[in-house]
Amino acid sequence: MQSIISSKGIYTVISLRGELDESCAAALRNQLDSQLCNTGNNVVFDFGEVSFMDSTGIGMLLGRYKKLKAMGKNVYIANPHSHIDRIISMSGMYTIMKKIAI
Amino acid sequence: MNRFDMKLSAISSNEAFARSCVAAFCVSLNPTIEEINDIKTAVSEAVTNSIVHGYEGDESQYIDLSVVIDGDNTAIVTVSDNGRGIEDVNKAMEPFFTTKPEQERSGMGFTLMRTFMDDVAVTSSADRGTTVVMTKIIRGQKDVGTRGHNQAD
Repeated sequence: MQSIISSKGIYTVISLRGELDESCAAALRNQLDSQLCNTGNNVVFDFGEVSFMDSTGIGMLLGRYKKLKAMGKNVYIANPHSHIDRIISMSGMYTIMKKIAI
Repeated sequence: MNRFDMKLSAISSNEAFARSCVAAFCVSLNPTIEEINDIKTAVSEAVTNSIVHGYEGDESQYIDLSVVIDGDNTAIVTVSDNGRGIEDVNKAMEPFFTTKPEQERSGMGFTLMRTFMDDVAVTSSADRGTTVVMTKIIRGQKDVGTRGHNQAD
């Protein structure tokens, strides 16, 4: 699992690539916290290149959401494949992290 | 009936291997991509539970995994460990319930298994382990597959 940070308009975009499960969760959490600790923008997690995610991803996203919200930032989700979209939807995360197109 | 069994170390990097093996074995039932993803997710959840909760990260332990193809549309996946077991299975199956919130666990594992599979049965006893039996009815691409086969003929 890779995470690449970039800027797109008013957003800081985190582009995730690969499979998101327990095997990469701890390293990904640390990397994201390091990438996002000084962000001045609202944050978009781009799932377009994520080929698999289980409930570990929900925990990871919620954890980042709490940290970013405490910094006054909004968090969005973009481009999830249908299966991941279903998992995110089922968890209720779209009520706090809107899905947007970027 | 067709069946395969595997035993794998309780190491999280084995999760991708486990779910890919199960998915590959189920391809004979001609599932849709969505059904394959359902199975992969459910297997990943069950294996993660064994690693994180059953064995609490003890990588010297083992997980047993089997798949039975029953008839022409049913896959039965069994994931079992000999770990610490689940104190209250009904509680554990509630959405968002987790015993490890400090590790950013979502508590959605069993919910996803039950959503993506047709039946999930969990048996567990303290310090003896947990067995999860998940059944998936493949409704899949049978019409498409048959048409394709006939055209090829």
